[in-house]
Amino acid sequence: MTEIEFLNWVRGPGFQIAVVIFIAGVIIRLAEILMLGRKANLAEPKGSEMASGLRTIVTRSVPDASTFKRSAFTITAGYIFHIGLFVTIFLFAPHILLFKDVIGLSWPALPTPVVDAVAVVSIISMLAILVHRMRDNVLRFLSTWEDYLVWMVTILPLITGYMAFHRIGATAPTLLAIHILSVELLLVLFPFTKLMHAFTLFLSRWYNGAISGFRGVES
Amino acid sequence: MKKQQVNNQAAQSTTRDAADGATHEPTLGDALRSQGVSRRSFLKFCAATASMMAMSPAMIPKIAQALENARRPSVIWLSFQECTGCTESLTRAHTSTIESLIFDSISLDYHHTLQAAAGHAAEEAREIAMKENDGKYLLVVDGSIPTGNPGYSTIAGISNLDMLMDTAKGAAAIIAVGTCATYGGIPHADPNPTGAQSVGDLITDKPIINVPGCPPIPVVITGVLTHFLTFGTLPELDHIGRPKTFYGQSIHDRCYRRPFYDKGLFAETFDDEGAQKGWCLYKLGCKGPTTYNACATTKWNNGTSFPIESGHPCIGCSEPDFWDGGGFYKALSMPTENITKTAIYTAAGAAAAGVAIGALNKSKKKAANKAHSKVTIDDLEK
Amino acid sequence: MTQTIPSRMQFNIQADDTLTWNVEPLMHEIRHALKNLLEQEQSSVIDLRSLPLAPGEEQKILDLLGRGEVSANLNALGDSEVYETTYPGVWLVTHYNDNDDIVGRFIEVTTIPEILMSQRPDITDAHERLVNLLDTETLSEH
Repeated sequence: MTEIEFLNWVRGPGFQIAVVIFIAGVIIRLAEILMLGRKANLAEPKGSEMASGLRTIVTRSVPDASTFKRSAFTITAGYIFHIGLFVTIFLFAPHILLFKDVIGLSWPALPTPVVDAVAVVSIISMLAILVHRMRDNVLRFLSTWEDYLVWMVTILPLITGYMAFHRIGATAPTLLAIHILSVELLLVLFPFTKLMHAFTLFLSRWYNGAISGFRGVES
Repeated sequence: MKKQQVNNQAAQSTTRDAADGATHEPTLGDALRSQGVSRRSFLKFCAATASMMAMSPAMIPKIAQALENARRPSVIWLSFQECTGCTESLTRAHTSTIESLIFDSISLDYHHTLQAAAGHAAEEAREIAMKENDGKYLLVVDGSIPTGNPGYSTIAGISNLDMLMDTAKGAAAIIAVGTCATYGGIPHADPNPTGAQSVGDLITDKPIINVPGCPPIPVVITGVLTHFLTFGTLPELDHIGRPKTFYGQSIHDRCYRRPFYDKGLFAETFDDEGAQKGWCLYKLGCKGPTTYNACATTKWNNGTSFPIESGHPCIGCSEPDFWDGGGFYKALSMPTENITKTAIYTAAGAAAAGVAIGALNKSKKKAANKAHSKVTIDDLEK
Repeated sequence: MTQTIPSRMQFNIQADDTLTWNVEPLMHEIRHALKNLLEQEQSSVIDLRSLPLAPGEEQKILDLLGRGEVSANLNALGDSEVYETTYPGVWLVTHYNDNDDIVGRFIEVTTIPEILMSQRPDITDAHERLVNLLDTETLSEH
């Protein structure tokens, strides 16, 4: 297979397959969770479930002081690479073109050198997180192969994207094709791993807020 | 043509120099001199040739020496399933004095579009040239070779496939000119109805130089020919057989609009403000980042311009399968197929499946609850 | 006949009064070559077409070098123009084909570009022709 055939495949059938698995997997999993339902609570509510639930989705983004003290590194590094992923995926001009093609919407991009710098910072942050996971006794004890797989699948698009942009290590069509393939891998594994937290976080934060709100207490 | 008039005795004196008195084959130097080309003109020719082949000026004396002593090779040019654009491109090169000299210095023994002879006389000329120069002639091919049904493209009743295999046997080397001959080109585009294949797909036992492009830049074609004439060897080739001198850099790496790409300044549509300011054409589908060719430096029409400089995105014409890349105006970061439709159908189907699975889970849970039997003291005493 | 189409394009990266990316390094290379010529009597040739110059940079370089005392026109396989720049020892050689397209442009740092000198094979030929001329006709017939 020539490198252009490879590139055309990942831009064509490969992307179709990845998107189908991603969308089907996410929707089915979310549907399953939602349809579990909750047991009817016959007590009289002391406050609003929905209001507290929705508010908690936002407030949980800021950890409270004692939580932060316990896991300062994980929280800081985690924020850095999550924001980094947001910037590199959604605020980079060529990626915005991709979204425009698929969902029809587009928005302004950040200057490319800025995105480039953010990518580097994110990669460093993720490497630091891996080292921390492997050196901290508790984390190492708790980690499974899935944790390492998810880490790998998340950093690969960042690294291959950087390499494709800067043309490092192979010819241009091959680098671009590998980058797109790494994203397809991420999409395909998404519904079957803890990456689902990207969607389930809304459910769990809402739920925590809701049960507190029902009881009329702070969440 | 203005030329210095040099007495033909100069050419004759070379042949008289042979010690055993026998006339030897005229060299390229002899051929040029007999056309009235002075040594000074020859030096100019070598300088221009070195520049064209992107060689350091230090090579000029070496080129002069090599060309001086080179033999006039026999060249057989076979045109198969092609649009004749490559021959057109090359014969535009003929309007330039320097490049026409290259044609004059080779013996183009067969080219069915350009030659005067036709029919059986033409085929006979080819066969004679092949026999007389067995093992030494240069075979140039443009156009792809249909293998689905040999009848799709024939010359004098001979299928392209047969003619290629037959003529390639005695060739010293093969130059595949144009994307059709190098990678299949437009006939090879999905669904490839004629079973078109490239020269490289069919010949595996001869050295092949691939000179792709739709068409290739004229000076690249003559540059490769000249390299072969001067040194008798193939130039350094990349992983898909293209000379690194001309195809070693991508358009993107040499594009003068690169600062705009790096800063994120793009033209959104043709002729908008960004386009008029000369901004990057990535969003208009430019394939410059994944295309290797000399367009950005050597340019076209003797250095006049190239597609991007004229405001049109690169279509990637020197790469294999460039016709199947999803469309010339689809940016590289966009998928080639319609994802939106797939996404909507998948979402609808998945929602239905999710509800069904959820319902199934619920009924399983209910059944499990029902089947749950309470533990009694008798169970404990068992 | 050439027609010029008025261009609406403006390029933000036109070479202007400042020395842009390729101009300054090239001027330094010429400076080094001139020093070599002085100290080691070594000539150098720079192929201007081998550098990917931005629009306007080639003209900027030629303007900086200027035209000096010597200029020559050649008529060999099309025109060629050779002139010494305002920096003696730095010559510009431009080769044109019959259509007045540029087929080569070199900066030669030398005492005299080789192409200006009469070439030995041509001199040999000239001698033979002169001999023939004097053999076949007497001078008084002219």
